[in-house]
Amino acid sequence: MINIYEVAETNEMIEKENLDVRTITMGISLLDCIDSDLKMLNEKIYQKIYESARDLVKTGEQISREYGIPIVNKRISVTPIALVGAAACRTPQDFVGLANTLDKVAHEVGVNFIGGYSALVSKGMTPAEEMLIRSIPQALAATERVCSSVNVGSTRTGINMDAVKLMGEVIRETAEATRQQDSLGCAKLVVFCNAPDDNPFMAGAFHGVTEADRIINVGVSGPGVVKTALEKVRGENFEVLCETIKKTAFKVTRVGQLVAREASARLGVPFGIVDLSLAPTPAIGDSVADILCEMGLEYAGAPGTTAALALLNDQVKKGGVMASSYVGGLSGAFIPVSEDQGMIDAVTAGALTLEKLEAMTCVCSVGLDMIAIPGDTRAATISGIIADEMAIGMVNQKTTAVRIIPVIGKGVGEKVEFGGLLGYAPIMPVNAFQCDDFVNRGGRIPAPIHSFKN
Amino acid sequence: MEGKQLPNTDWCDTTGIAGGMRKEVNMKKAIITVVGKDTVGIIARVCMYLAENKVNILDISQTIVQEYFNMMMIVDMSNMLGQYGDMVDELEKLGQEIGVAVKCQKEEIFDQMHRI
Repeated sequence: MINIYEVAETNEMIEKENLDVRTITMGISLLDCIDSDLKMLNEKIYQKIYESARDLVKTGEQISREYGIPIVNKRISVTPIALVGAAACRTPQDFVGLANTLDKVAHEVGVNFIGGYSALVSKGMTPAEEMLIRSIPQALAATERVCSSVNVGSTRTGINMDAVKLMGEVIRETAEATRQQDSLGCAKLVVFCNAPDDNPFMAGAFHGVTEADRIINVGVSGPGVVKTALEKVRGENFEVLCETIKKTAFKVTRVGQLVAREASARLGVPFGIVDLSLAPTPAIGDSVADILCEMGLEYAGAPGTTAALALLNDQVKKGGVMASSYVGGLSGAFIPVSEDQGMIDAVTAGALTLEKLEAMTCVCSVGLDMIAIPGDTRAATISGIIADEMAIGMVNQKTTAVRIIPVIGKGVGEKVEFGGLLGYAPIMPVNAFQCDDFVNRGGRIPAPIHSFKN
Repeated sequence: MEGKQLPNTDWCDTTGIAGGMRKEVNMKKAIITVVGKDTVGIIARVCMYLAENKVNILDISQTIVQEYFNMMMIVDMSNMLGQYGDMVDELEKLGQEIGVAVKCQKEEIFDQMHRI
């Protein structure tokens, strides 16, 4: 039987170390909503999402209360809208209309984000996909809860450089369109390489076409729990360090598995995956950077950071995989800057640069995440940053992403406040040398060779 | 589809999930924890509440750490009156009256975390 110390340990994790289930995300396929009539399409989308998800928030709250575990977000991901709207949308404006419908239904069912205003263009773009991409700035400015993502490359197909070039422009336009809110729109826009179909985390969540009609995916978190566990093994060798992370990740993931099963049973929607990510928040003690410091680094970004992060990421997976029957999504350590107090401190102290962050993304999940850059950064430079990050994902057969925010009207040294879970960020300098001729070539980078690995 | 995804029947027993059909009555055990400054009658008040609601106490353990009262109860709710959700709220309220923190959580969260 469970003893008092085990109970105390669990409750300590919840109350003092910010253990929570970060999100229950319901994936909903909109493929059966496709209609060539725009009005009908909007109606069908609204109805399907509303019918599927109306009990999502209530169920999440019930589970949270019964088990005493906070479930921070309840979200929805849908089939990439570029596919759903292709038959009906004739102009980018038509796609913005779909974004408004998504926003409306998100408000109606009470979820805080809805993801899937997306296009998958890793090899080529259909006219509808290009239209959706061009509509992103307007869609993100007109809506509050809609999140957008574009997959521009994969290990199998290479990198679509036309899309990379376009996304540089779209990110700038999105920043301009939401300049009143410190370019907040860019915080809801992710560019991917190897985007997973079952990611529950925003802003990059969408419901892949290989998925079932509806599915429940759960994202766990708990950097604070790992950090506290590591405090008890200060000075021990790497074996002890790794074992401690593994055991902690196991415990954290089991909670996610329990919540996923419960939500799935109560909603009558199949359980998809648990995403084993260590997702930080701006709250003190809920930081991935703090874990790196606890391992023995003065700041995140110091020499040794990439090795420490690689180790952390791997052990989290090793511990988590055994704790859950199905693991998927992004699964690893997230290293967003604005959402992690330890990362913010590292940037402010001058320990962490964009280049070091890029190196770190080679060994952890996702990529350049929530990084504020000067508002006068040119579109071609942003495209160059995206191309670099996509190349890392393509060659290393992993998911990488770019979510950077050129903050219009602000420069290096200033701060930008996004609020809530998105946090705040110091604006980081960007390498100003030009890459226009490279980005403007057009076409695509071929898929890499899958042998002769060096 | 869902049957396939719940191959482990042990799981069904402990969580009350049965092919997507579930009722509150299937849930049996919960863990009640009380943490706070030690004072007279903490256990009495909590037990009285549980007795009134026909919740059976299976196990109690307690310690006092630095003058802080720390108690855990494992209870069986098979015959309880009312809803589990209300009990969570009412126990929390009772705790506020006594000046301690009372938490009631279904047992599975601890089982899942500490047992393979």
